[in-house]
Amino acid sequence: MSQRVLEVQRLQKFFGGLRAIDALDFTVAEGQIKSIIGPNGAGKTTLFNLITGIFPPTGGTLEFKGKMLNDLKPHDIARLGISRTFQTLELFGNMTALENVMIGRHGRTVAGIFRAGLRLPGMRREERGIKEKAFEELHFMGLENRAMMGATSLPLGEQKLLEIARALATEPQLLLLDEPASGLNIRETEKLSETILRIRERGITVMVVEHDMALVMEISDDVLVLNYGKKIAEGLPRDVQRNREVIAAYLGEELTDA
Amino acid sequence: MKREDLYTLLFIAITIGLFPLLAGGQEYYLSLLIFVGINSLITMGLSMLMGYAGQISLGHAAFFGIGAYSSGVLTTKYSFQPLEAFCAGIFLSAIIAFLVGKPTLRLKGHYMAVATLGFGEILFIVFNELSPLTGGPSGLSGIPPLTLFGHPLEGANYLYLVWGLVILLLLFSLNVINSRVGRALRAVHGSELAANAMGVDASRFKLQVFVLSAIYASMAGSLYAHFITFISPSSFSLMFSILLLMMVVVGGTETIWGALLGATLITLLPEYLRGLEDFEVLAYGAILMVVLLFMPQGILEGMRKMLSKKGEGRVGRP
Repeated sequence: MSQRVLEVQRLQKFFGGLRAIDALDFTVAEGQIKSIIGPNGAGKTTLFNLITGIFPPTGGTLEFKGKMLNDLKPHDIARLGISRTFQTLELFGNMTALENVMIGRHGRTVAGIFRAGLRLPGMRREERGIKEKAFEELHFMGLENRAMMGATSLPLGEQKLLEIARALATEPQLLLLDEPASGLNIRETEKLSETILRIRERGITVMVVEHDMALVMEISDDVLVLNYGKKIAEGLPRDVQRNREVIAAYLGEELTDA
Repeated sequence: MKREDLYTLLFIAITIGLFPLLAGGQEYYLSLLIFVGINSLITMGLSMLMGYAGQISLGHAAFFGIGAYSSGVLTTKYSFQPLEAFCAGIFLSAIIAFLVGKPTLRLKGHYMAVATLGFGEILFIVFNELSPLTGGPSGLSGIPPLTLFGHPLEGANYLYLVWGLVILLLLFSLNVINSRVGRALRAVHGSELAANAMGVDASRFKLQVFVLSAIYASMAGSLYAHFITFISPSSFSLMFSILLLMMVVVGGTETIWGALLGATLITLLPEYLRGLEDFEVLAYGAILMVVLLFMPQGILEGMRKMLSKKGEGRVGRP
């Protein structure tokens, strides 16, 4: 059994009377690709928002490599080595593709207002490093000749890839992808699944929220199924696929105990 | 640094260098340009605060006042050297900006504007009421001029000092803007959610820029006090804070050059409208309204759009 990267215990998130996440337990092992699936409103994106600290949990614990995430701010969590993409694209529209990825280096660099203002030698070296690493990640995602284009002027599929490049630039140990395939055509989706596998090869643990079942079944080591904030199944893709409760949740069938 | 920034800087340096010759040593024109420089120092900081940190300050007249009164009070009452008083003002402004900014910049929205409005009013009262030190409403006079190696700096030399500082701080500001810090602040503008998720601690940089802008304003205040040698609270009222904001908005917050342009135009405009006598205020208001109606992003960006006829939105300030 390999090491646990993420350990979630009795996690709860209530919005008023709505139980978005309710008493959720699961773990993510190092080097895994773990998919989270479930009908709309099942709490998948809420789960990502809790892991990345966008809002605090109502109860329970989130541990990343033995470190409690509960009270940390998003920027602290990013520095610990968790990065993400967003379901609704959150690129910096006022910047180029390259600059977007350069922002990913922020937590790994240090120059403050004083060093930057005086352009001290260390700061210039750091700036070169930021640019090199950003180009590397653009190249990894096949976007190297989009570097100087405005981020939001790219076609949707490339914007999605750009978000992944930006997240990779933070040198994450755990990468959360929120519906990376939505809006992509078949060929783009195929390429995406290849890319996710290549990301795992770099030693990065990946969590994916995705509706495209073909993609999920192809790449996942492990699948977690949520419905109304609760875990209804967890395990190997082929087992989950046959689980009656999962089928019921997706197709809306009544469970008949026969 | 970008080439066009460098050329603009060179152009300014040459213009200022030759100006005393062109003006034939006329004190009036020299002092006008000195005031433009002093106001530019403040608006440069404000422009970074508004354009990059997305915050509005209604209290920069107060930081300007802290600089001016530090220089005035310390040199006249406590026999400090002007340079020492200048540094004391910077120090005091930075500390106060930190204390005001720390709690308010954690909150989203216009808390900074409200907090600085209150802070400005408090300082205005302090300047008025602390009469043993500040001379109260009737002001503080007899502030010595700045000296360099025992020689008082006057006329063209003072112009060079003020604009030398403007150019140095412009360089500093441009470096900050074109760095990790400037990039982070622009990212916060683009999407605060994503910026945070990439490890950007937005409130920290907002605070740093606020403190920097307070330091710029304090330097301007000290230069002002030593130049006109007499200060009174009315120069540091809310009206001046609003005038400073207007300079930044009229010039445009897209780049820091807008702050210089705005400071120049708004400082010089009343001088050129003086011939209109009673209609001066009317014309002043009308000009500002026309500018903001037809160039809502400021004159600099407005002119740029007119020149490049395409008018398509530029992407990413470099």
